[in-house]
Amino acid sequence: MADFGASDLDAFRTEVREWLAANYPPELRDGGAPTDPEAIWGGRRFEGSDDPQIVWMRRVAERGWTAPSWPKEYGGAGLSREQARIIEKELAAGGYRVPLASFGVWMLGPVLLEYASEEQKREHLPKIVRGEIRWCQGYSEPGAGSDLASLQTRCEDAGEHWKINGQKVWTSYADKADWCFCLVRTDTSKKHEGISFVLIDMSSPGVETRPIRLISGESPFCETFFNDVLVPKNNLVGRVNGGWDIAKRLLQYERQNISGGFGAGGGAGGVAGDLAQVAKDYVGTDEEGRLEDADLRARITRNKMDVHALQLTMARIAAEQKASNGPSAVTSIVKYAAASFAQERSELMVEAMGSQGLGWSGEGFSPDELRATRGWLRSKGNSIEGGTSEVNLNVIAKRVLGLPDPK
Amino acid sequence: MAVLSEEQSMLRDAAKSWVQEQSPVGALRKLRGDGAGLGFDPAAWREMGQMGWAGVVIPEAHGGSEFGWLSLGLVLEEMGRTLAASPLLATSAAAAALTLGGTDDQKAEWLPKLAGGEVIGALAVDEGPHHAPGKIALKAERSAVGWTLTGAKTFVLDGMAADLLVVAARTSGQPGEASGITLFLVPGDAAGLKRQALKLADSRGAANISFEGVEVRQDAALAGGLDLLDQVLDRARALLAAEMLGSASQAFETTLDYLKTRVQFGQVIGSFQALQHRAAKMYVELELARSAVEAALAALDAQAPNAAELVSLAKTRAGETFHLVSNEMVQMHGGIGMTDEHDAGLYLKRARAAEAAFGGQAFHRDRYARLQGF
Ligand SMILES: Cc1cc2nc3c(=O)[nH]c(=O)nc-3n(C[C@H](O)[C@H](O)[C@H](O)COP(=O)(O)OP(=O)(O)OC[C@H]3O[C@@H](n4cnc5c(N)ncnc54)[C@H](O)[C@@H]3O)c2cc1C
Ligand SMILES: Cc1cc2nc3c(=O)[nH]c(=O)nc-3n(C[C@H](O)[C@H](O)[C@H](O)COP(=O)(O)OP(=O)(O)OC[C@H]3O[C@@H](n4cnc5c(N)ncnc54)[C@H](O)[C@@H]3O)c2cc1C
Repeated sequence: MADFGASDLDAFRTEVREWLAANYPPELRDGGAPTDPEAIWGGRRFEGSDDPQIVWMRRVAERGWTAPSWPKEYGGAGLSREQARIIEKELAAGGYRVPLASFGVWMLGPVLLEYASEEQKREHLPKIVRGEIRWCQGYSEPGAGSDLASLQTRCEDAGEHWKINGQKVWTSYADKADWCFCLVRTDTSKKHEGISFVLIDMSSPGVETRPIRLISGESPFCETFFNDVLVPKNNLVGRVNGGWDIAKRLLQYERQNISGGFGAGGGAGGVAGDLAQVAKDYVGTDEEGRLEDADLRARITRNKMDVHALQLTMARIAAEQKASNGPSAVTSIVKYAAASFAQERSELMVEAMGSQGLGWSGEGFSPDELRATRGWLRSKGNSIEGGTSEVNLNVIAKRVLGLPDPK
Repeated sequence: MAVLSEEQSMLRDAAKSWVQEQSPVGALRKLRGDGAGLGFDPAAWREMGQMGWAGVVIPEAHGGSEFGWLSLGLVLEEMGRTLAASPLLATSAAAAALTLGGTDDQKAEWLPKLAGGEVIGALAVDEGPHHAPGKIALKAERSAVGWTLTGAKTFVLDGMAADLLVVAARTSGQPGEASGITLFLVPGDAAGLKRQALKLADSRGAANISFEGVEVRQDAALAGGLDLLDQVLDRARALLAAEMLGSASQAFETTLDYLKTRVQFGQVIGSFQALQHRAAKMYVELELARSAVEAALAALDAQAPNAAELVSLAKTRAGETFHLVSNEMVQMHGGIGMTDEHDAGLYLKRARAAEAAFGGQAFHRDRYARLQGF
């Protein structure tokens, strides 16, 4: 990667800004027409679609900007970290819609780049960049949550193919995804060393998904069943029984990504908007411009300061890690803090709205108010998904602080 | 840790080794018995002066090295680790008042002496038990030669040792009004100035100072009013936050060592998850505090428009973290943590005293919210 100076970066910023302005579909401008809410995730079902969100995604993907730092030969733009950040910032600053939301870009792609064969990279990475294939994550099982390595989904050698049998659970968007990156057991005599990392086409015979409804009323995740599902031999990434390292690496990317969302003040379930402004609108201010409810004001201040300190920490970690490659155990620090601050923020949001923050559906509530109620409930998952807060504290205690396991 | 320049790394390393060798926690214990009430060791201060620490934020033209606030913060962080006492913070804050609000003559008169450590400076701002720069009542009235100061200041850090006091006084208006505040340079030996040494829980030096018709010359006034006071205070606050971060870091590391060595129930106590999670949370708090402190110091160096906000964030975070860690230090040490012989109590006391100086968490949360417009 070329080493760009400050003036080159300025020139790049201008280029990005101009390109985005010139290529944003007019239908999406100023709030824009409603698009299919699933379109942002892409996938097979949008093949040939002219939904403006899909048009936007294709244009950005053509430049490789949906995965800007990936190498060009796999569809990325081969850009430096600084340049990739500029694209991210310009998208946010210009109020553009996110071109592509993708487990493929956030989690799978980075580990494929590190661990996959050349053939696997050429097969899967470009389709991820272009949003053609939507991926889901088949990690958790009914008996394997925090203790992920106790997973039991069997993967047996069936000559030409692998044969998969078992059940996954909490598989986000499994009913909508085209492919699944999945942890399976290839050796029952060992725990961690008996796990492999396989890629499964969700349209294969024997795959079944059943949506599960959440406390927020939505059904973003599923139970996923595999019954004698045949998977081509070359869909196993890395070594047979060598999947655990890949699995852990992917979790670091997942935590980093989840935290990235929180850092911006949102996080899954997070409702956009300035908490203090919302409170001012719903609670009112005194003659000096302070929130009238002193107790709420103090708690909102704490949360804003927490989020501010977390953002500074993420920036500092990024600066310190510039030379190193990829995320490390410190992602657990950020994930832990981000989850708790995001949850507090969601609580404060509904509290500030008062009875207007209690709406479930229908009239009498604005769309933002309804989103706040649902978001508050959804945010409870922030400290569970991608490794629970307790598990992240364990990681910090052991990996960062060097504290021993109990006898 | 911020990405440091070579100069900064060298300064930090020098501070680290000097503090560990010349000013370990034992040095503070000795001060407790010392009757002079200065709250620091003058010989140690002379050495700091010789090493150039008093000049780190003073312009080169006036005898300093002008390395900046982040650099001085690194020194104070190292000093915080062993609770090393010195008038470095107070002197640097007084120097900031001159650099930001002084005339060329005022700077030429005082800065070189402050830079070498020959003159000790201090800020005299508060007048009651809480930090409240807006409520200054000490009066400054015009006189034949210049100004006459009448009133009293409390909790002046290093006020007993100070050769030069930077005094916030009211030239007009009522306490609570933003206009009418001026900072004055008052020599420590001025007639009518009376000091009362305070023996504090943290064994540091502080004084209550009364001004009974203290006469100063016309050119004792600094330009800038309440804005200047705020900027000077922000520098003191950021430095103190850096020192608190160092103290909290050391308190944590000492505790972590204990968790790895103390055996109960046949295993080291650090293997109990109830303690592991609390240790991990402390570590998270320390990381957040470090980010805030470094960002505040860097913002002062860059004269960034959001520096005040970042300073309030830093002082709040450092305060929260230092309290948490010093309390856990006592608790996780069990009975030994309650003893005078152990260092835990020294960190606990320092956390409380540092919290009170230049505004505690409540003050800075309120200020942060105001700066953000709610
Ligand atoms: C919104 C959401 C989306 C998700 N999406 C996906 C997905 O796409 N794919 C996927 O594979 N999974 C997904 N998950 C599952 C998630 O990874 C698991 O829920 C999580 O790992 C916890 O596992 P569990 O639910 O079995 O809880 P358990 O592991 O049974 O934990 C129960 C409680 O015990 C605590 N606990 C467990 N072990 C320890 C320990 N050693 N020390 C201290 N406390 C402990 C936990 O912290 C938790 O509080 C999702 C979860 C949520 C909430
Ligand atoms: C003011 C005072 C008065 C006292 N008076 C008396 C007295 O009159 N007579 C007398 O006999 N004793 C007395 N004690 C001693 C007191 O009972 C012990 O200090 C106490 O039992 C803790 O033991 P320890 O100090 O050895 O700490 P430790 O047992 O070493 O504990 C150190 C830390 O580890 C934690 N810890 C230990 N085991 C576990 C675990 N399994 N899980 C989680 N955390 C754990 C503790 O909670 C503590 O935070 C007194 C102590 C004090 C402070």
